[in-house]
Amino acid sequence: MATTTVTPKGDERLVEASLLKRLLSRPELGAAAGAILVWLIFALAAPTGFLSLRGAASYLEVSAQLGILAVAVSLLMIAGEFDLSIGSLVGFAGATTAILASEFGIPLYVGAIVALVLSLVIGFFNGYLVIKTKLPSFIITLGSLFIIRGLTIGLTRLITGRTQVGGLDDFAGYAFMRSLFAIDIPIAGVGFSISIFWWLLLGAIATWVLLRTQIGNWIFGSGGAPQAARQVGVPVDKVKVGLFMTTAFAAWLLATIQVITVKSADTLRGEQQEFFAIIAVVIGGTLLTGGYGSAIGAVLGALIFGMVKQGLVFAGVDADWFFVFMGAMLVIAVLVNNYIRRRAEAARK
Amino acid sequence: MKNFKSLALLLMSLALVAFLSACGGTPEVEKVETVEVEEAEPVEEAAEVEVETEAEEEPAAAAEEPAEEEAMEEEAVAEEPAEEEAMAEEAAPAAQTDRSDIRIVVVSHGQASDPFWSVVQNGVQQAGEDMGVTVEYQAPQTFDMVAMSQLIDAAVASNPNGLVVSIPDASALEDSIRAAVDAGIPVVSMNSGSDVAKDFGILVHVGQTEYEAGLGGGQRMAEAGVTNALCINQEVGNVALDLRCQGFTDAIEEAGGTVEVIAVELADPIDSQQRISAAIVSNNPDGILTLGPTGAAPALAALEEDGLLGEIQLGTFDLSPEVLEAVRDGNMLFAIDQQQYIQGYLPIVLLTLYNTNLNTIANDVLMTGPGFVTQDTAAQVIDLSAAGTR
Repeated sequence: MATTTVTPKGDERLVEASLLKRLLSRPELGAAAGAILVWLIFALAAPTGFLSLRGAASYLEVSAQLGILAVAVSLLMIAGEFDLSIGSLVGFAGATTAILASEFGIPLYVGAIVALVLSLVIGFFNGYLVIKTKLPSFIITLGSLFIIRGLTIGLTRLITGRTQVGGLDDFAGYAFMRSLFAIDIPIAGVGFSISIFWWLLLGAIATWVLLRTQIGNWIFGSGGAPQAARQVGVPVDKVKVGLFMTTAFAAWLLATIQVITVKSADTLRGEQQEFFAIIAVVIGGTLLTGGYGSAIGAVLGALIFGMVKQGLVFAGVDADWFFVFMGAMLVIAVLVNNYIRRRAEAARK
Repeated sequence: MKNFKSLALLLMSLALVAFLSACGGTPEVEKVETVEVEEAEPVEEAAEVEVETEAEEEPAAAAEEPAEEEAMEEEAVAEEPAEEEAMAEEAAPAAQTDRSDIRIVVVSHGQASDPFWSVVQNGVQQAGEDMGVTVEYQAPQTFDMVAMSQLIDAAVASNPNGLVVSIPDASALEDSIRAAVDAGIPVVSMNSGSDVAKDFGILVHVGQTEYEAGLGGGQRMAEAGVTNALCINQEVGNVALDLRCQGFTDAIEEAGGTVEVIAVELADPIDSQQRISAAIVSNNPDGILTLGPTGAAPALAALEEDGLLGEIQLGTFDLSPEVLEAVRDGNMLFAIDQQQYIQGYLPIVLLTLYNTNLNTIANDVLMTGPGFVTQDTAAQVIDLSAAGTR
């Protein structure tokens, strides 16, 4: 992507840096190297499945589903906040859409819009509470993680008596929703999920906003030096509330994709996704402390995650060992990331 | 062999990190050597895999051009009159009689922390050894059907000679399983999914039908005089477990009693115990049915703590050492046994025979349960359960 070579505004703006040096200064460089490393490991360890088109479609879909969350989370984390409630929100938004269709006969696309509005309201409240109470967003959204999950299970069981709502393909508007959110695009005879497109689109928009717009500067400012940002007139509170609504939007998008793809909603959907999204963002070079990071990095972090997750299946690693490899791969990716960044910073000086 | 492969992969990745960090300082000859030595093993294996799949790649390529595939099918039909299309497609693998070339992937929804599923996994591994075939066992880390469907997709992409799946949520897994069947991979389902297996094009389902098992449990409870029961669900969202509770409820209600469903946390026994205790206080039940050992253990603990062992009739689905001891000692009325060991074992045998000999089973469902373990039989089963096979 062309935007990768652009130096952030305000960063050594008087120095005319060479293209290579500017490239080295990007936070996502380490993640790119990590992605290539992980790809190489699995290309060697499991060439049959991993290198096939079907294999690529498989790990790209997994990456896309996490990546949609990770891109939004990266923006929020650059602004210095966490949102732990998105995993629960995935379950909530999906269940809302499905219940509206199955119990009240509302077409799926209307149900999805209602779910979107509710998700945005929840996102707004997350942000509003963080701003008003001045409590860490970690605590506030940890609370909403449980509240939303509990509400989803409680309400779903209250209304349907079950915890799953299935057979969505029989309801009005399914075909239309499928063409938007769940269709497979055939490339060389293998179906690639349209969620991959959504993932890349979100990544591109987020990158554009971060690097080319005033809002992008506000986001960096809100996370890096909120006090200074306020003093120069950045609406830090509005930026943060807006970003909480962005993560809620991403959760809704993922929920809709999942619900339409698998034709059922489950109250447990999205469990632990909030942590995996944060991990993907950190792999992508965004600092936990805020003020530094990139959306492309989040896209690459999700790619690494998807490749590791599915690659382990191709490599024939038993499920017993999954977490060991998951953890090892993540640490390795971050180590490589940090190492490259250190080298890059040294080269820049 | 499997663990060895895993270790090799881990070593290789660690070696790469060592290599990268070594580049940061002064390059040391020693470290570079380590990298070469440790990389050698996986490369060998990679070669092995290539050989294994050369034969299979052809049908995969043919799938892109339907005309060719049909031609192949007709050839196969000419050789051996097969009734089903799926069989005809499998003509190529069927010719492969060397069992060590056969690779079967199992994708279940069983979480590694559940003792029930570790018995299934033991069955899978023992069958792999007995049949002399390669088996791989996969499961999502939480009860997440999206993750499970992605695991199935990945398994299909690796083009195995057979696929074993459990189907706890048919609509969520349908597309992935149908894709496997369409790709010409013989699929056997086990444990859950008896109602949809045939429709999906699955060769046979190995398991127990949940509703009937719950009904049987309820009838036994009703015989013992239970009128006010709890159904403890440790995996809320699993349709099979909902069906068990449903069958149990119907049987108790038929006898004039009532049932309340209580949800507990699979991974947190202490919390589960407290919730069951609380439910006992508020509902004052005379019978409890748990849907697995992860529910039975905290239920037993709750009864013991409240001094109600033997007073409240306790029954459970599935066995574990502590469940069996409780049944032997009369603290538990019965344990419903679906014999999950053979749910892991038999699909491997069936798929091996299908690959080498094109054998199929005529029944849609191979019933492995329900059987009831009571005080009379518990002692014998205890030894087997401790060995991880019951």
